[in-house]
Amino acid sequence: MNILVCVSNVPDTTSKINFIDSDSKFDKNGVQFIINPNDEFGLTKAVWMKNSNNASVTVLTVGDSSAEAILRKCLAIGADKAVRIDCEAKDAFSVAKEIVLHCENIKYDLIICGRESIDYNGGLVPGLIAGYLDYNYITNCISLEIDSGKATCAREISGGTEFSECDLPLVIGAQKGLVEESDLIIPNMRGIMMARQKPLEVSKAQNINSKAIDNKFFKPEEKGEVKLVKSDELDKLIDLLENEAKVI
Amino acid sequence: MSVLVYSESENGKLKKSSFETASYGKALSEKLETKLICVSFNCSDSKLLVKYGADKIINIDNANLKEFNSKKHSHALSQIIEKENVSLVILSSSADAKYLGGYLAGITDSAYVSNVVQLPESINPFIVRRSCFTNKAFSSTEIIGDLKIISISSNSFGLKENNGDGTLETINIKEIETSFKVSNIEKQSGKVTIADADIVVSAGRGLKGPENWHMIEELAEVLGAATACSKPVSDMGWRPHSEHVGQTGKPVSSNLYIAIGISGAIQHLAGINSSKIKVVINNDPEAPFFKAADYGIVGDAFEVIPKLISKLRARL
Repeated sequence: MNILVCVSNVPDTTSKINFIDSDSKFDKNGVQFIINPNDEFGLTKAVWMKNSNNASVTVLTVGDSSAEAILRKCLAIGADKAVRIDCEAKDAFSVAKEIVLHCENIKYDLIICGRESIDYNGGLVPGLIAGYLDYNYITNCISLEIDSGKATCAREISGGTEFSECDLPLVIGAQKGLVEESDLIIPNMRGIMMARQKPLEVSKAQNINSKAIDNKFFKPEEKGEVKLVKSDELDKLIDLLENEAKVI
Repeated sequence: MSVLVYSESENGKLKKSSFETASYGKALSEKLETKLICVSFNCSDSKLLVKYGADKIINIDNANLKEFNSKKHSHALSQIIEKENVSLVILSSSADAKYLGGYLAGITDSAYVSNVVQLPESINPFIVRRSCFTNKAFSSTEIIGDLKIISISSNSFGLKENNGDGTLETINIKEIETSFKVSNIEKQSGKVTIADADIVVSAGRGLKGPENWHMIEELAEVLGAATACSKPVSDMGWRPHSEHVGQTGKPVSSNLYIAIGISGAIQHLAGINSSKIKVVINNDPEAPFFKAADYGIVGDAFEVIPKLISKLRARL
């Protein structure tokens, strides 16, 4: 079985978010980049499938050379091969199109993306890929088993879980639950050494036009001071919520 | 040219978010001087959307589209998009709507922007304001293409009644063939979900153990609220993952968010930031959550919560 895991390079969850060039660009200065957490849950699952399903795992990112650090980490975690499509990731649409073009040359049985990236939070890429390729698609995926070309999956829905079955090829949007936080693989020295021998291929981008352009970024307005209420004056809190904030 | 709203329903009845998306759709269709079409699936009360300004309601009646599937529903909607000459599609921010949006954009080769927080800043060019970096920032985003799809953040626009004289049309659309089959749905009945809740009561490690959650559940019940928790609590298995809110969990954009015994790590605050009013109850006055909250109580949750419950009960 051939698995593609699409990963994106995102600012660490504790990063301060600032913008440059008249607030038109994210300020990468001093920011630590990591594998998007939702993608990492998906990658871990894919690495497990190397054993359970005799799978071969390719990890792919669309980005400039600064994204290679996370690809090396993915190889150290256990992916067999890495591909970087060389361009600056502009919007979900152009990223998805680059991935789709890659998938037209190399067929994958399973394409794993994160449910959404923690930077732009669009949640578009897996759906776009599935739509363009006319593949089956599950997002918010919290369970996946594949047996003789058939997938059994679970999707987190509002207030519950939906269990389903479908044929491959399949695109999923992974999230916590597909594997647990404690299942994430921390690369060991052997993995890191082996990663150096694994292929990291750089392929040319097709330079697709964007459909969504971020013209300007804004930071949320500063919050006013918190109103403190004494713990023995709960009637006052209820009154504030009822008559000032009007939320109960 | 027309504006299409996908009106979600559950067990044949419209969801509350469908009134908000219709309200938003009406405001936008007036700006664009075009009509608003609301599309529902197997819904018995979609006529109610007239009250929020729908000019035309199309209810697709097809038992094979009962369970939601992004592929089947996208193909059904794309037929209507073509037939009705739709230039703009409006979705909610529910899990299903987001599941649909990307796929629909793929098959129609159109632009899709999610997490939109207000009416467009400009129509030509079409520029919307959306949240990004998990609510740590907003972006002014220009959308390009003949067909545009947007998801609006829940509670960002509200409900606006707008009496129209919309018509209801029930049609049957042939669903596409797919190997996808829903085998089972497990749902807790009678519980308010985080996505639909106006009020969310959330607790963290300060609660000391899963056995103390009965008071969180009781407070939620009195307020008609959903229950949620912080990341460490779900990682330790005190509460299910589905309750984890924050950057890597669920986003919350309720009207009221009550955080009990949650210190307020940056990742947690990011996920709940778009809630309108935040109340923090924590015994540590230095907890970062106090900087993000509107109202705060420095106190022991084990003393404050039971008192709060009885005062709220007495008020009802």
